[in-house]
Amino acid sequence: MARYEAIYEIMEYIDDELVICNIGFPSRELYEINDREKNFYMIGSMGLASSIGLGLAMAKPYEDVVVIDGDGSLLMNMGSLVTVFANNPSNLTWIVIDNGAYGSTGNQDTYAQVVDLVDIARGVGFKNSHYFDDINLKEFIKSDDASFIVYRTESGNSNAPIIDIDPITIKERFMASF
Amino acid sequence: MDTTEAVYDGLKDAGIDFIVSVPCVNLTKLLNMIDDDPEITHIPVTREEEGIGICAGAYLGGKRPAILMQNSGFGNSINALKSLIELYEIPLLMIMSHRGTEGESIVGQVPMGESTPLILEAMDFKFFTPQTAEAAYDDIRLSWELSEEEGKPVSILLEIKYW
Repeated sequence: MARYEAIYEIMEYIDDELVICNIGFPSRELYEINDREKNFYMIGSMGLASSIGLGLAMAKPYEDVVVIDGDGSLLMNMGSLVTVFANNPSNLTWIVIDNGAYGSTGNQDTYAQVVDLVDIARGVGFKNSHYFDDINLKEFIKSDDASFIVYRTESGNSNAPIIDIDPITIKERFMASF
Repeated sequence: MDTTEAVYDGLKDAGIDFIVSVPCVNLTKLLNMIDDDPEITHIPVTREEEGIGICAGAYLGGKRPAILMQNSGFGNSINALKSLIELYEIPLLMIMSHRGTEGESIVGQVPMGESTPLILEAMDFKFFTPQTAEAAYDDIRLSWELSEEEGKPVSILLEIKYW
């Protein structure tokens, strides 16, 4: 199983949550699986999914925010682990789909293959740092602390097409949805 | 008018209520004033590019964000300013301590300091270089609306001699 199935399964747990989705194939696949106004699709700025999610969660403390990130993107913005932990927004759930590869650029290996992201987040201090298979996602979306969840999958992309709505529309319908 | 209070008053009158920062010695007093202001959410960040992402998220959530940093941090943020802030037309105020300008004592600040206005021009981002407290207040107060109109970040460069 690869990222597409992981996103499909994650979305089974999503009701009214605001979803920030990583650039490239993750957003394309989410768009195909379950397009909704409460999805914000990143078209650029690789690495910043968790930062966008943090800003949104701090601005809207009564909305639940779920970030769908990737291992390569996390490695590009490791400082975000510290900033998210230090601010600890209880309404933020940061899911990293770890396929050990830069999927959107041709499945080159990432260093996530030689480190354990759950251990790293625990080392930073996250109380809620778990593998997806070990938990019920909804409990962690509703928990009193920020959560860091790693969903390990095989590498590989689907045939999901490029998103055919423009960035301004993505933004405007997202902002009007809550 | 005190130079730091002019910046603070400009931010307040622009309606800024969400600030991310990486410090500069010239921003010390301003950062303390922001920390003491219960109307402003202040998030110190590990790197400026991360702060750009946080500001974008805060805007999506209805806030009026600004980033406070050295101009060196602008260099750390360029791709995010284009492929996030400009792409989605997210307004953003950037208050930069412009190091490497007249009176700089740290040689390492000079190359980026000299290039900063040229990079902003190349990116087609508007910026102001107020020389007095009064000018800084006016420039900052009006920059949020300008940023909304432009759909791009607007910068205030505060050179060493400003302080």
